[in-house]
Amino acid sequence: MAGSAPAVPPGAPPPPAAAAAEAAPPAARTGRHPWLSVLWSAARTPRGGAGLTMALLVVLVAVAGPAVSPHSPTDLVTLTFAKPSGKFPLGGDFLGRDVLSRVLNGGWLLLLMAVAATAIGIVAGAAAGIAAAYLHGAPDGIIMRTVDVILAFPQLVFALLLLSLLGPKLWLIVLAVGLSHAPAVARVIRSATLDITERDYVKVAELQGMRPVKVMAKEILPNLISPLMVEAGLRLTYSIVIIAGLAFLGFGQPPPTANWGTMINENRIGLQLNPWAVIAPAVLIALLTVGTNTFTDAVARVAIGVDRRPEEAALLDDLGPEQV
Amino acid sequence: MATATAPAEPAAPARNEHPLLLLTTRRLGIGVLTLFVVAAIVFLATEVLPGNAAYAVLGRNANPARLHAMERQLHLNQGLLAQFWTWLSGLLTGKLGTSLANGQPVWGLVEPRLINSAALVIVTGVIGTVIGVTLGAVAALRKDGWFDHISSVAALTVTSLPEFIVAIGLIILFSTVVLHLLPAVSLLPPGVYPWSQPELLILPVATLVIVIVPYIFRMMRAAMIEALESDYVEMARLKGVPEWRIVLGHALPNSIAPTIQVIGLNFLYLAGGVVLVEYVFNYPGIGQGLVFAVDNRDIPVIQFIVVVLAAFYVCVNIGSDVIALLATPRRRIPR
Amino acid sequence: MAGYEQIHADPALSPPADEARLDVRGLEVRLGRTGPDVVSEVSFTVQAGQVLGLVGESGSGKTTVVLALLGHARRGLSISSGEVRVDGVDLLRLPAAQLRAVRGARVAYVPQDPSAALNPALRVGTQLKEAIRVHPGAVEDPRARIREVLQEAQLDATPDLLHRYPHQLSGGQQQRVALAMAFACRPSLIVLDEPTTGLDVSTQRHVLDTIRSLCAAYGVAAVYVSHDLAVVGGLVSDVAVMYSGRIIEVGSTARVFGDPLHPYTRGLLTAVPSPLQATRLTGIDGQPPRPGRRPAGCSFAPRCGFATSECRSQQPEPVLIDARAVRCMRVAQVRESSTGVAAALSHVAAAAGEVPVLSVREVSAGYGRRPVLTGVDLDVPAESCVAVVGESGSGKTTLARCIVGLHGNWTGDIRFEGTSLAASARDRPRQTLRRVQYIFQNPYTSLNPRKTVGQIVAQPLEQYLRLGYRERSQRAAKALEDVSLGADFLSRYPDQLSGGERQRVAIARALVVEPDLLICDEVTSALDVSVQAVIVEQLRGLQAEHRIAMIFITHNLALVRSIAQSVVVLRDGAVVEAGPVGQVLDRPADPYTARLMQDVPKLTRPGLPGPSAQSAAASEPAAP
Repeated sequence: MAGSAPAVPPGAPPPPAAAAAEAAPPAARTGRHPWLSVLWSAARTPRGGAGLTMALLVVLVAVAGPAVSPHSPTDLVTLTFAKPSGKFPLGGDFLGRDVLSRVLNGGWLLLLMAVAATAIGIVAGAAAGIAAAYLHGAPDGIIMRTVDVILAFPQLVFALLLLSLLGPKLWLIVLAVGLSHAPAVARVIRSATLDITERDYVKVAELQGMRPVKVMAKEILPNLISPLMVEAGLRLTYSIVIIAGLAFLGFGQPPPTANWGTMINENRIGLQLNPWAVIAPAVLIALLTVGTNTFTDAVARVAIGVDRRPEEAALLDDLGPEQV
Repeated sequence: MATATAPAEPAAPARNEHPLLLLTTRRLGIGVLTLFVVAAIVFLATEVLPGNAAYAVLGRNANPARLHAMERQLHLNQGLLAQFWTWLSGLLTGKLGTSLANGQPVWGLVEPRLINSAALVIVTGVIGTVIGVTLGAVAALRKDGWFDHISSVAALTVTSLPEFIVAIGLIILFSTVVLHLLPAVSLLPPGVYPWSQPELLILPVATLVIVIVPYIFRMMRAAMIEALESDYVEMARLKGVPEWRIVLGHALPNSIAPTIQVIGLNFLYLAGGVVLVEYVFNYPGIGQGLVFAVDNRDIPVIQFIVVVLAAFYVCVNIGSDVIALLATPRRRIPR
Repeated sequence: MAGYEQIHADPALSPPADEARLDVRGLEVRLGRTGPDVVSEVSFTVQAGQVLGLVGESGSGKTTVVLALLGHARRGLSISSGEVRVDGVDLLRLPAAQLRAVRGARVAYVPQDPSAALNPALRVGTQLKEAIRVHPGAVEDPRARIREVLQEAQLDATPDLLHRYPHQLSGGQQQRVALAMAFACRPSLIVLDEPTTGLDVSTQRHVLDTIRSLCAAYGVAAVYVSHDLAVVGGLVSDVAVMYSGRIIEVGSTARVFGDPLHPYTRGLLTAVPSPLQATRLTGIDGQPPRPGRRPAGCSFAPRCGFATSECRSQQPEPVLIDARAVRCMRVAQVRESSTGVAAALSHVAAAAGEVPVLSVREVSAGYGRRPVLTGVDLDVPAESCVAVVGESGSGKTTLARCIVGLHGNWTGDIRFEGTSLAASARDRPRQTLRRVQYIFQNPYTSLNPRKTVGQIVAQPLEQYLRLGYRERSQRAAKALEDVSLGADFLSRYPDQLSGGERQRVAIARALVVEPDLLICDEVTSALDVSVQAVIVEQLRGLQAEHRIAMIFITHNLALVRSIAQSVVVLRDGAVVEAGPVGQVLDRPADPYTARLMQDVPKLTRPGLPGPSAQSAAASEPAAP
């Protein structure tokens, strides 16, 4: 079923009903490192493999790029919007800088910021979601009303608002994007946790006198690995989209530093002259987001067991309602 | 269970409160409260700035005289509560103050942009919904066929593309590098509305449609498949109901409610999505207005646009919830 | 007589089955198109006016078989060969349009769970009308027919009822609507797939009565699927027992239930508890093999006491013996051995006069403003077992949760060894928590899927007793041994275990800390009857061995005799009757208990000594 992973636009709350049913915590998976086995199974599906390859390719360009860059990304070495040539395979940009060198240097910070923003969003969102679901009552009310309020700001607008007030600082971009993820993550994790809290093994731990913090950490968290992995992939994709978008709007590293998002905006006036100055960074961003999202979708499918073996489907046939 | 004859169990007496009314009023109440908190946050955010707003706006150009004038303009010389009240009542009565960037009234600046953005969002929403629902239903009916596979992979790919990349791609394809069919920018002179120059809408609408269709498609497909694999559809097959009737009469009514909520979410997404797309195409809507205002630190304009977007969010949320409820008898009618 | 002879492989030996309403031959259903078979070599016939019972435990393939009777296979399955002839027409060879015309008109289906099988978005009347309208010409006056058939299904065809949505009906009403829908077009064959599972015993009895009268009135041939042998026994004339995708014994109900010949049928019958007499339940250890992992020989051989090397290497063909067909090579030996009759059981009377381990006084509880329990009293004497019986919604689980402190919102007094217990488990001392252990109903949710069996069983030792790692592992291994699980289970994860094994792990986890009171909440309701018998016997043995007191909560009146000395009957949150098992069940003083005893399905096994004589003998020593 397709609607599994990213059935929701960035920043939107998860759709209820059918999608929620699909996102239900998966059947248990065995192994000492269930997350590794899920990632591994996902990488071995055709889609997951393709997604992972795409994403890793871009990561390679971004990480190894600065080391192999033929020119300085900020020096004016050629003509404005020069056509590609032997010395400058992707031509020149709007100031006459080498596009290839700028492409090779313009990715690593985007990646780093996206990963950091994702980490902030997942940690904050998961902590809020688990606490809201397990502690219920007043903490739940307070957390979820806060979530409602933050969700009323579109993600990009939330980031823009913060940036407009405090100035376009990089750490602020990371923090703003991370925090804007948190409410959506909190909603997903809360509903997954609610489901787990209903499981009897949580009650068993309570009857054994386990403290709430330990119950959340030892009994609930390990069962949230699959939804957390899916959320992390999803939020990473959205982080890249938003941070690149902010850079495109001019809220990124200050010039003349190279940045894929900024490059697209500053070179689009020369699309007729040297389209590669736009196409190269655009393709890299596209490959990265499509790659991460496709791999996330594969993870979600494996975790939910969509590609369940038909054998199990047949066995479910004869299980009466008492076999829940 | 009394006797074998007669309805075995008496149905529970209907509650006095009608669930629909109850939910709507509850949602409205929470919505108004959310909006109030949003307004308070937007307002307070300008207050917790390092230094104060006037200083932040003026930056290096600050001198005591200009600071003082700016403080008066932003009502910073009043108490915090009084300031909030002045601003909130202005918001409700349409007295929104003047732009810091060019001294014009905020409402006069934002109103035409609101209309332009509304046109963009509505046209996109309608076209996207029709395409998404149709493709989703077809893919579900042909589950695991070639159309389903191709459209699912395409949907997955497109979902993850940033909207400005889609926009740039369309510009490369249709306006600059490959073909020269459509305008690359959608500049509208003041006083001219998009419906008088519909060709300007084509690329912005196409971009947003491409971005939202996959979500609606995937939800419709998933909901339809869930319905088609349900016990009640199996039961309908086993009582000899023709296939077309199963799809239209049994599966469709049950897949509409979840899809409506996703359509609502996509309208919400559009509220944020217009920012980048309007900026790319130079389309004079509130998204572009917001980017300009943020560039200029035009605080009254930022505040107003953010509150308008939040209000839109709250209204769409309530609307889609109510419609989804109407489409679900199980939730609409108490036991 | 159903033509059980048809099962014989050689068609020359079979009498012509022209007059049979339903004639199934060599039916085979596979996983995918070419995968392993889920169901194979299924053959039987049913005459007009007869009901064939198809019984088997979960995974036996019975639902797959009956869906194939309508030419339908679920996703991932396909009907690969065989014939399903209804009035001589082979449904499996019909083109799609004709098959559709047959479904609902000539062959009708009654689903297992009507709450899922009725479309939640359509009104009841719309769905009934549709069943008739899609078969033009089947009924002259649809409106009148709906009224008539609803009446026959014991429902009033008021406009109000037709105007309702399924969720506005009770479970019994929903099933009656499904029955009316099935009979609407006057079919010649009706397929009932566990239609009373999930209904309370009284509702179940009424629905069964309705089914019986409808089948008789219409003279249809019917196939009734059930996992509950007691339900089938009172309804059907012939019975086919399924195991691992094959029919292993088929014949008249009297013969099959009275003198079972297949070792599996015997095991199944001795596993069924009786509400009339206390029996020692003998279950069948192990679990049936999954499709694709079935052994080369007889599928039952790994669990069979009669199995020889021949059984393990060769598929048994059906043998005609004693007017029935049995798929067993050792049937002659089985026949010579003693009949599969459950041994009667006598309980040691509870020591009277002692201070009860647990005493519950005037306990009332509720969820929000809705009261669930009102003034419940209960005593559990040391080393004895008290059964708490009630239908769904009677508050029995809430009572258990109040006792263990999971439901904190109650009033009254619960004393454990004379000391009042705090309302919530949070406020109880650790040692009290340890001494009162609770086993949950559903072993599929009571074990954390991310922990190994060893970690699960050792966890309470860490929480309650702060024992070191080595000590914990030793005790965990010992506790698993007590429930007949070997040391190799220590490192397994719950999803590698069967339902019965999971519940044994849960029992080990409760007993490892040496509690004084064990509360078992419907611990066998998620299990097959053959596994239930094993678990119940094990619990009884462990209770005696560890000399602990036990509260056994169940909706199954029949189980009470096999495990408890005294019983408390709950209804709508109040105790209607309490006392020694023999007294309450044999001479119920309360009309509600009497009705339950009357409505509970009883496995009648003709040919055996009457249950009345045995029950008197068995219940006598139980009285204190």
